[in-house]
Amino acid sequence: MPFIPHTDREVAAMLATIGAGSLDELFDEIPPALRNAPLTGVPAGLNEAGVARIMQARAARNVPATCFLGAGAYDHHIPAVVWELATRGEFYSAYTPYQAEASQGTLQLIYEYQSMMAGLTGLDVSNASLYDGATAFAEACLMAVRASRRPGARRILVPRYLSPAYRRVARALLKGQGLELTDLPVRDGRTDTAALESVATDGVAAVVVMQPNFLGSLEPADALTDWAQARGALVIGACNPTALALLKPPGQWGTRGADIACGEGQPLGIPLASGGPYFGFLACRSALVRQMPGRIVGGTVDGEGRPGFTLTLQAREQHIRRTKATSNICTNQGLMVTAATIYLSLLGPVGLRRVAEACHANTRELAATLSRCPGVTVPFRPFFHEAVVQLPVPVAPVLARLAAGGILGGYDLSADFPELGHALLVCATEQRTPEEIAAYGTALAAALDAPAMAAAG
Amino acid sequence: MREPLIFEQSRAGRGALLQAPTPVPPSPDLPASLLRSDVPPLPEVSELQVVRHFTRLSQQNFSIDTHFYPLGSCTMKYNPRACNRLAMLPGFLARHPLEPEAHAQGVLECLFELQEWLKAVTGMAGVSLTPMAGAQGEFAGVAMIDAYHRARGDHARRQIIVPDAAHGTNPATATMCGLDVVEIPTNAEGDVDLDALRAAVGPATAGIMLTNPSTLGVFERRITEIAAIVHEAGGLLYYDGANMNAILGQVLPGAMGFDVVHINLHKTFSTPHGGGGPGAGIVAVNQRLEPFLPVPMVGQRDGRYAWLTERERPQSIGRLSAFMGNTGILLRAWVYMRLLGAEGMRRVSAYAVLNANYLLARLRDAGFTVAYPGRRASHEFIISLKDVARDTGVTAMDFAKALLDRGVHAPTTYFPLLVPECLLIEPTETEAQDDLDRFVEALVEIRALARRDAAEVKRAPRTTPVGRLDDVRAAKQLDVTWQSRRAPAA
Repeated sequence: MPFIPHTDREVAAMLATIGAGSLDELFDEIPPALRNAPLTGVPAGLNEAGVARIMQARAARNVPATCFLGAGAYDHHIPAVVWELATRGEFYSAYTPYQAEASQGTLQLIYEYQSMMAGLTGLDVSNASLYDGATAFAEACLMAVRASRRPGARRILVPRYLSPAYRRVARALLKGQGLELTDLPVRDGRTDTAALESVATDGVAAVVVMQPNFLGSLEPADALTDWAQARGALVIGACNPTALALLKPPGQWGTRGADIACGEGQPLGIPLASGGPYFGFLACRSALVRQMPGRIVGGTVDGEGRPGFTLTLQAREQHIRRTKATSNICTNQGLMVTAATIYLSLLGPVGLRRVAEACHANTRELAATLSRCPGVTVPFRPFFHEAVVQLPVPVAPVLARLAAGGILGGYDLSADFPELGHALLVCATEQRTPEEIAAYGTALAAALDAPAMAAAG
Repeated sequence: MREPLIFEQSRAGRGALLQAPTPVPPSPDLPASLLRSDVPPLPEVSELQVVRHFTRLSQQNFSIDTHFYPLGSCTMKYNPRACNRLAMLPGFLARHPLEPEAHAQGVLECLFELQEWLKAVTGMAGVSLTPMAGAQGEFAGVAMIDAYHRARGDHARRQIIVPDAAHGTNPATATMCGLDVVEIPTNAEGDVDLDALRAAVGPATAGIMLTNPSTLGVFERRITEIAAIVHEAGGLLYYDGANMNAILGQVLPGAMGFDVVHINLHKTFSTPHGGGGPGAGIVAVNQRLEPFLPVPMVGQRDGRYAWLTERERPQSIGRLSAFMGNTGILLRAWVYMRLLGAEGMRRVSAYAVLNANYLLARLRDAGFTVAYPGRRASHEFIISLKDVARDTGVTAMDFAKALLDRGVHAPTTYFPLLVPECLLIEPTETEAQDDLDRFVEALVEIRALARRDAAEVKRAPRTTPVGRLDDVRAAKQLDVTWQSRRAPAA
């Protein structure tokens, strides 16, 4: 039987020990009227070779394409070591490290992860991760409301070019607690610092700075941080972790630094995999650590003074606090954090910075290439590794043509940000070659030139 | 031997730069005011150092692949390797979440089928796969109940009833949804106190959150009556699928009267626990809650698989993840279900319950106190060590630590909170009789040692990389980063 080791003899002996006549009798406390589960629609079992054939065929039906699409998930090189190690059974099939003595491997790894993320964000403390970037953002907002010195403050000021995914998830998760997101004024693809004086800040718990923002543009993070903190609001930095090796980290923004940082961890060694599993990171100043949701690992010693690691500050968590917990979260994304910690160890500070620089250089090259097509402009600079490209015609049919030619041409911004017109968000990570970038330029020119397009435009 | 931190093995100028792209000249576009001026504190180590370090760390873990792991309420069963291998085929990994549907038909087909199979095993009308863990599934469930009442203009229903035996996540979730929690007691036999339930329900009742079999390891026998009481009061029933492994293919939650179910795929459907995630907490609902399911879902359009979003499902409670939940985990569950088929699923619960009742019988015969002696065990059960603790001073936690020295991961300790000095033991169906027998022998041996030399038990564990750790120090002298050790914060 698949994955069940029992022999008939053992089953008979075990039933005898129990004093039951059959396996069926073990369910005798269930009312008989309920004992009916036809499982209609579930196919019969199939052996491993048969299932492998189906999966290989389906994997092959997925269409390969050259990826110039980012918008929150990025195509980076993942060294072979990362998943060779992360899927070792001792990591893969362990659970939450509640029994610390039997989980020192996972615990030390999380401690190293926390150190790396605190270092990358320039803050004091990181938790052991959350589900993904969007939920980390929502939890950062809740955390800021709890930590706010303004009693009853439930408003969060966010950039207009906040990730639409973060905005949607925050709406779903925060509605029940009455939090409200309000947009900051914009100009030229970023928050308009000149217009901030007109922004009402009463009842504001926190101001969010997304760096780079969803359009890839770099925000005036120093000025925004100082402005927000002068008005008694906390500052949440939503960041791309690759960019943190190159750009000034939240902990160093403005005079005092941001208070909380969050973001999507996927760029750090996690495959795109249709959207998950990824992980979210969350870091903060040490003064806010007791408001932080999720697991935190701390160093301590055993009875003989030997150093070791354990889950700490558990008094914040749901299994102890119940209705008063900081969040209902029980898990972190342990396996993803394992991969990210290995990835960051392999790349180190120099390697990660080189990835960031190569992404930036490739995206500059891509922007330059695409802007040579007639009627195409690149309106907003500077950017990190994504840029807005304005087309002379609607984006969707152009993307469809590119996709038919094996190019994922980017993200159509017109639904989320209609004010930007025919705007396309493109990305070229370190994975894209000069040839692929040139080929995209050629394909875009052809797509724009096509008679069908002219009609559509 | 202590494995040094990766930072302690770092030397400036060393690195695995083979893994980094070729350097490029500095960009003229980026002003210095936007750039990082310091070097982030990441280690500089060779690839071999990385491999040795993380391999050694892995060896300091107990895991299903190395140890019997009877951690109650967590369903630590074997995670078939085929599930991992097939979900990690390059054709599944190299998929951008926002790629066109036409490029992703292979993965969408798997997700669509998974939705259908999960409807069948829950007896429900609709499924959304997006919740990324049990707690998110709970959130989705309660948020849907809330949305249902609001859509009917029934704004007075602000209370969620939760039995006192429930996992702490249940009340925490209700609070996150902005609802108030009403706790009701459990009777001496482990069933919900029906009189207390009748007294608790009313026009303010939004719903009840129940786990069945409950966290006490027994089946809630009067579930049909409970459903009737709650429904008659206008409330809905939420099923916490934490213990689905006990009833898979035997009873459908939909038939018990539940309106919404979440299932932890990392328990019942054997996706990896990964050292604490990623999980997947899919939700299944009956007709009345179907419009409110979180998006995206997978449907069929013009003979192809397609995403269903806010556009097609305007009453949805919205999105719980940036993209499509933990898709890679969903694919692993697909493989597991396909390997097992309907018959294999019925065997899962039958043998999980066999193993639990066998272990229960052996421990009872060996003189241990069973928390609910008159009851049939589900896939797990509770023993109480309060007599041993009273006589010898050796507690449930001491037993847990002593088990580690005998090569067994400890059962869940001190949960549920209702039973003093308890161990919640869940062997799962993938363990052989020999392993169960060895577990009984280990507990008998520890009890004998407790009576002979309690202090010796309290010195456990001695074979693990470290002994019992000072939790109070960990919380008081907070040491949560390597940087803080080098330059203690003011």
